[in-house]
Amino acid sequence: MGRSNPVNPDELAAGLLKGDRRAVARMITLVEDQDERANEMMKLVFPHTGRSMIIGITGAGGSGKSTLIDHLIGRFRRMDKRVGVVAVDPSSPFSGGALLGDRVRFQSHSLDEGVYIRSMGARGYLGGLARATTDVVRIMEAMGNEVIIIETLGAGQDEIDIIHVAQTCLLVLTPGMGDDIQAMKAGIMEIADVIVLNKFDLDGAGQCLRSLETIIHTGMSEDKGWAPRVVPTIACAAKSSDVHGVDELVQSIMDHQAYLHRSKKIEEVRAERIEQELGLVFKDEVEKVVFAGLKGTGKKRKYIESIRAGKNDPYSVVEEVLSTFLKEEILE
Amino acid sequence: MAKKKIKVIISKVGLDGHDRGAKVVASLLKEAGMEVVYLGMYQTPQSIVKAALEEDADVIGVSYLSGEHLVFTPLIVEEMKKHGLEDVLLIAGGSFPPEDIPSMKALGINEVFRGGSLTGEIVKYIEENIGGQGA
Repeated sequence: MGRSNPVNPDELAAGLLKGDRRAVARMITLVEDQDERANEMMKLVFPHTGRSMIIGITGAGGSGKSTLIDHLIGRFRRMDKRVGVVAVDPSSPFSGGALLGDRVRFQSHSLDEGVYIRSMGARGYLGGLARATTDVVRIMEAMGNEVIIIETLGAGQDEIDIIHVAQTCLLVLTPGMGDDIQAMKAGIMEIADVIVLNKFDLDGAGQCLRSLETIIHTGMSEDKGWAPRVVPTIACAAKSSDVHGVDELVQSIMDHQAYLHRSKKIEEVRAERIEQELGLVFKDEVEKVVFAGLKGTGKKRKYIESIRAGKNDPYSVVEEVLSTFLKEEILE
Repeated sequence: MAKKKIKVIISKVGLDGHDRGAKVVASLLKEAGMEVVYLGMYQTPQSIVKAALEEDADVIGVSYLSGEHLVFTPLIVEEMKKHGLEDVLLIAGGSFPPEDIPSMKALGINEVFRGGSLTGEIVKYIEENIGGQGA
C-alpha cells in the first residue's frame, strides 16, 4: 500500500478500525494533502470519535513542550491508556519544507505499539496548528487512543487555535521570558487551564512563579469555575531523579478533566470543537465549489485585472461571484 | 488539491554519535521543500521503521559514520519488509569504503550518497524515485 497506489476511503476506514497502523498513516497523509478522497473518508471516521481525552500543549519554541510530552506519554501508558500524539512544527514560507524535530524528544516511547506519533508541518496555516490537525485528532480517536496529546508549533502570544480542539490546555512557560506585564497580556495567557513553569531550576524561577500566581489570583479566571494552576517542572535533567513536577502536572490534568465532566462543561467544549470544524469545512467547501465555477473561464484573471486597474474591488467581486453562483444553482 | 509533500525520515542508528552530516542533509531537504522528520541519534532499526510507518514516509535516510553500515542495513531492510514498507526508498549517507557500496545495494539500500555528494543530486534522486519505483 504505497503512496503511489490508489486507495479507497472504505478500505482505509475499515483498516483503521481494525487498528492497521499503515492505514492510519495513509489516511493522515490524505487529509494533510487535502486529497479529494479525504472528505468521504472522514465521514466514515467521524462516528467513531468523540470519546477521547484531548490535551493541548502550547508555548514558545524551546520551552520544553516535547520533553514534557515524553514524560506525559509515560504516565498515561502506566495507566494502561493508548496514546496518540500530534506534533506540529512550522513550515518554511519560502520552500514549503519543514524540519519536524519533535520525535527526537519522544525517544522513551519509540518502540511502544501503544503510542502513535505523527509530526505535521503547519503548511502556512496560522493559529499554531495545521489545517488538518483537527481531522488527524479525529483519526487518532477512531483508532482507539484514549488520550490524545496535541503539541502546537512554538507559539508566542496569539496562536490559540488549540483551545478549539483540546479539552485541557497546557501553556508551557520558562523563567526569564519577561516581567509580569507580559503575563498580564491578553491572548495565549488566557487559554491555559494549567500553566507549566518549566526549567524551574533556572535563575529567577521563584520570582516568576510568584508573579504568575498573583496574576491568576487577580481574576484572570473569574466565573470560569476552574482557576488555572501553575505547576513548576523540570522536564529535562541529566539524572532522571532530578526530573521534577511531572506527577503534579498529571494530577492537574486529571483534576481539570474531572472538573469538565463534573460540571458538564465537557459538552460545551465538544460543541465548540464541532462548531470550529463545521466552520473550517464550510469555508473550504464553499471556496472550492465557487472557485471551481470560475476555473478555466478566464473570469478570475479578468476580476484580478479589473481590481488592479482600479475599476473594481475585492468586496464587489466576491458579492457578484456569489450572487451569480447562487442564481445559477437555483436555476439548475 | 494541495501539492503532495515528500516526507523523509532522517536518522542515525546505533551508537554512532556523528550527527552533523544528518542535520545538514535534513536542513537541505527542508530547503528543497520536503517535510523532514529528524529522529536524531541512538535509533534502532525498529524505532526507525516505526517512525517511517506512522509518518507515512516516502524515504528513509540513514547516516552511517562509524563503520556499522553492513551490520545495520540488513536489519533495517528486514524490519521494513516485516511492516510492508518495501516501497519506501532507503538511502544511506555518510562515510564508508567505496568497495562496500555494491554489498550495501545488494542488501537493499536503494542509493548511497557519500561525503562530497551534491545536494542537488540527493534531491533529484528522491524526486525521481519515490513511490515504489526505486532501484
